[in-house]
Amino acid sequence: MNARDEILARIQRSFPAVPRSSAEDHAAIPRNYVQTSSLDPEARLELFEERLRDYGTEVYRCAPAQLPETIALAMSSAGVGRLLVANEVSEGWLPTMAGVSFAHDSELSYEDLDKSEGILTTCAVAIALTGTIILRHSRDGRRALTLIPDYHLCIVRAGQVVETVPEAIRSIEAPATSPLTTISGPSATADIEMTRIKGVHGPRRLGVILVLA
Amino acid sequence: MTVRVGDAAKAPDFESAAKPLLQNTQLRHNVRHATDVIRAKRAAVVDEMPDWEALREAGRRIKEHTLRHLDVYLQQFEEKCTAAGGKVHWARDADEASRITLDIIKSHGEKEVIKVKTMTSDEIRLNRALEAAGITPYETDLAELIVQLGNDLPSHIVAPALHRNRMEVREIFMRKMGLKELGDTPEDLTEQARRYLRERFLSVNVGISGANFAIAETGSICVVESEGNGRMCTSLPRLLISLIGIEKVIPRFNDLEVFLQLLPRSGTGERMNPYNSIWTGVSPGDGPQEFHAVLIDNGRTTVLADAESRETLHCIRCGMCLNICPVYRQTGGHAYGSTYSGPIGAILTPQLQSMQHSRSLPYASSLCGACYEVCPVKINIPEILIHLRAKIVERGESPFSERVGMKAAGFALSDGRRLAFAESFGRFAQWFFERDGKLHNLPGILAGWTEYRDMPALPKESFRDWWAKRKKGGPG
Repeated sequence: MNARDEILARIQRSFPAVPRSSAEDHAAIPRNYVQTSSLDPEARLELFEERLRDYGTEVYRCAPAQLPETIALAMSSAGVGRLLVANEVSEGWLPTMAGVSFAHDSELSYEDLDKSEGILTTCAVAIALTGTIILRHSRDGRRALTLIPDYHLCIVRAGQVVETVPEAIRSIEAPATSPLTTISGPSATADIEMTRIKGVHGPRRLGVILVLA
Repeated sequence: MTVRVGDAAKAPDFESAAKPLLQNTQLRHNVRHATDVIRAKRAAVVDEMPDWEALREAGRRIKEHTLRHLDVYLQQFEEKCTAAGGKVHWARDADEASRITLDIIKSHGEKEVIKVKTMTSDEIRLNRALEAAGITPYETDLAELIVQLGNDLPSHIVAPALHRNRMEVREIFMRKMGLKELGDTPEDLTEQARRYLRERFLSVNVGISGANFAIAETGSICVVESEGNGRMCTSLPRLLISLIGIEKVIPRFNDLEVFLQLLPRSGTGERMNPYNSIWTGVSPGDGPQEFHAVLIDNGRTTVLADAESRETLHCIRCGMCLNICPVYRQTGGHAYGSTYSGPIGAILTPQLQSMQHSRSLPYASSLCGACYEVCPVKINIPEILIHLRAKIVERGESPFSERVGMKAAGFALSDGRRLAFAESFGRFAQWFFERDGKLHNLPGILAGWTEYRDMPALPKESFRDWWAKRKKGGPG
């Protein structure tokens, strides 16, 4: 017998009589945990900001019309002059002023990404309770873009912020069709004496611009 | 079949392994400090969740459900992963899993691999197999790097180098990386790890990962981490191999909504860990263009066969039972002689090996129950410990001292006069060993009670004596 059949047979021997189908059985699992929002929209955004800052994320708020100047502000405060731009970011959002410049991802090599200063992306959904942004890479840029450069600036529309983890997970349609990354603050470790160090291999600085619709 | 759990089959019993560790005050200090910090962080982020108990119950029920339909879900995972361009392999034991992994790497002629922390890899001793085949594995999780460079073994399932302090890490890094100078703050050491690994992340063609969750519905893998090394290993190399214990499968993508709350809050005391990577097979133009999932049994179906203890397989490897355990906190992880230490290791290790090895581990517990209380998926570890002890006794394999002790206790406790005699004999005999109300240096099989801790002496008067003397109906 091959390994696959042997393992499956051993599992089946442990459960000689399974009473109902896996789908019916799965539907019967009690889920009494919180699955919906309890905060009003403004309180939700405030919680999101607080949780982001708690991880050491730089947070900006702006109206859609102020997006270009807010991007410029975030860049100058991070000391970054040139950003790569994931394809979902529209040209009209980008500031056109001296000292800042942008380049769209053109299949740059890892070495080139390593030399770049940072990356500007959108996200798919964000979670207030945990200060999390979720990237859906088919739209928010290939994975290396938000990983190798040392600075990641992410544009989050206020309408994309949900309160709880279940709301965010359920909002992701056809999850199997694109890689997903959830990001909660800059990379970090606590492996040496449990002291939390911000900034290891992933971007050491993370900025979020919250755009109020 | 050669089920292997690290080198547990050759490890000394817990009691002998613990003795030298208990003399190591530096190690005990490091372990105590680290576990204190994680416990405090975990308590804060669990207390703020009004629905924590409901999440734990859902987590337990999902895991229980998954095991009941494990054959269905594994086949579904295989089908979906394959449809997305992945290749699924099945391995009966550690050697088969290592062989499959080696064959894939060799077929590409590669000589180096980057690895994101996977306890499954430690379990099957993959690094040893890789090195024997002339392939260099680079551990990239900071703690695993410290363990690898220090020729050490992991002592904790979440923070494997928790037994090391910053000065020890500095010394290992300077020696192994050939440095003349290096600061001793955690920041300096982390920065050095980043420099050391950066080039390897960008150039090595093969990545190896474990899986926190394998999603049957979509064929996706989820890897939970903090440093970004997991993202590097799973999204930059051309070829990716994931080692997956068969119990890591979960039914639906939406079930992540439970586990992505339970795991970070329990594991590292964070509301959410910095990064979760989720991918499905191969994505054109993004990340590895060849993906292999190796589904590993290595004793898990043996654990599954025992209805009374199969919930051991619910474990999501958060490590909180280690942090809370009064035994682990004294000895650290190495005393357990296994990849999996602490309370979960004490039940998982012997069961994976059909109770043939590591039989001292079910006794490495005071049965206080703290592990059960903090377990995010409600594994009743104390009950399973007792169940495993019973199995050992039934097979006549319990320690000699325990058999003698139990015989003696059975004899004395079955008759009031014998108990009274035993008590007064004890009060007489302890006179030789008592100092300041504590017993010291008890002889023979009783020695373990006084060697590393205080044992209170028997009081001058027993309850039975007091009861007999008291005035009937009086205040006592």
